[in-house]
Amino acid sequence: MNLYLFSSPATFYPLAGRLAPWFAGAASILGVVGLWIAFAIAPTDFQQGEVYRIIFIHVPSAWMSMFIYLVMAFWGIMALSFNTRLSSMLAQSLAPTGALMTFIALWTGALWGRPTWGTYWAWDARMTSELILLFLYFGVIALRNAIDDPRRADRACALLSIVGAINVPIIYFSVKWWNTLHQGASVSLTAAPKMAATMLTGMLVLAFAAWFYTIAVSLWRVQAIILERERGAAWILSMRKAKMVTA
Amino acid sequence: MNDFLAMGGHGFFVWSSYGVTAVVLAIELFSLRARRRAAMKQASTTGDAR
Amino acid sequence: MTTLAQPLATEADYGAWAAIRLAAQRDLKLALRSRAELGVQLLFYVIVVSLFPLASTPERTLLATMAPGILWVAALLAALLSLPRLFGSDYNDGSLEQLAMSPYPLPALVTGKMLAHWLTTGLPMVVLAPLLALQYGLDAELVAIVTLSLLVGTPILSLIGGIGAALTLGVRGGGSLLALLVLPLFIPVLIFGAGAVDAVRAGLSASANFSLLGAGLLVALVGAPMAGAAAVRIALD
Repeated sequence: MNLYLFSSPATFYPLAGRLAPWFAGAASILGVVGLWIAFAIAPTDFQQGEVYRIIFIHVPSAWMSMFIYLVMAFWGIMALSFNTRLSSMLAQSLAPTGALMTFIALWTGALWGRPTWGTYWAWDARMTSELILLFLYFGVIALRNAIDDPRRADRACALLSIVGAINVPIIYFSVKWWNTLHQGASVSLTAAPKMAATMLTGMLVLAFAAWFYTIAVSLWRVQAIILERERGAAWILSMRKAKMVTA
Repeated sequence: MNDFLAMGGHGFFVWSSYGVTAVVLAIELFSLRARRRAAMKQASTTGDAR
Repeated sequence: MTTLAQPLATEADYGAWAAIRLAAQRDLKLALRSRAELGVQLLFYVIVVSLFPLASTPERTLLATMAPGILWVAALLAALLSLPRLFGSDYNDGSLEQLAMSPYPLPALVTGKMLAHWLTTGLPMVVLAPLLALQYGLDAELVAIVTLSLLVGTPILSLIGGIGAALTLGVRGGGSLLALLVLPLFIPVLIFGAGAVDAVRAGLSASANFSLLGAGLLVALVGAPMAGAAAVRIALD
């Protein structure tokens, strides 16, 4: 199969429509399972008691906030290299969800910090750079809205997201480079995790749930973006005639 | 059940976290649905004779 | 067919260094023509720095603690104020387009403009910093540290800020949008720059801060000209 078949908005639109419900369904199931593990199965933490259960939202959303930005920057690189509209549209569809995940990570982090560290906020390296990430998302969204010409907006946002991508490794490695308030990494690809198996499982299940949620939402949003930007195109008109364009 | 809600005395923090997350996700989904509806409506009327 | 005694131009005439020199000299000449504008920017910096003690009338030691942060934040604000001018007037009268079409490499021209921007905004702030720091009651060693941090850090502001300035050329909401785009990237510079004094005050060495600032400057020197040139081309297309 020729992969480039789906690189135009016209062919990607129906594909997105077919894929999105599957990801949404998977996200819902994993979400329910994850929440079940988080509250019914995972035991009380020895040090933190029950409040640690915030981790099941905090860590997946933090992971997603960084991952989405990197994917957005990747599509920016694709857009600048190959000059394809769809790459920019995919990047455009990711930004709001990325900002949301960043906000959730910051919010849940603050609510977790208060009972455990005694403060809602501290200007330590990881928290500050995650806050910077939120501002970077806002910047990309604001730049998109400010530029009228969609192609110029595509290229400008692609460049901006690439430049800002340097922040993501800083967030990730900040707990290793600086010994400040936020705890070090408990989960790594190389070493054994430093937490109970059930807690880790719950976190991973909800991380996948967040990932599939992001994909579903992004596919749905890119469909809206395609319709907005490709307005009047022949394929849309014929799709309307075929009554496939329904709410 | 009461223990569940109390979360060891930290109920406020735990449920605010989950609650705000749920609210934020709901907002995203609702606004996305509105955006899709508006886009589809506009797409389905573009090109009609005025 | 006649041949000339020497070629009309050599490759070096349109090389990177020539471009940097050309752009920097041009921008400096233009900036010095409106000396009043430069003076106003510097005055802005001085006034902002003086606002904080006026607002809170804190006592001596607290002022000294706040000083590096205030000097740095004021430097950021002054940089933001002057950045739209970096490409703005050239964009408006069409000379930016001419520069982009010239045989000179655009990244080098952009570097020259960023250099001129730093010489007219960043460097004066570095020169004034010792006076202002003394006003805040910092002792000599800390004054030297904060001045040095500004010396290494303000070029980074011109470099990264220039990318933002190019991205927002002719865009609605220009100045505030520029601030939103560029401030998140400035924040690490601010943290390490202002933190250098705090480190020395706490008895530690500021070498880590300066290493990171230096690294940031090198990364900016390598990346910003290319990103800035790309942003200019995006704005011009």
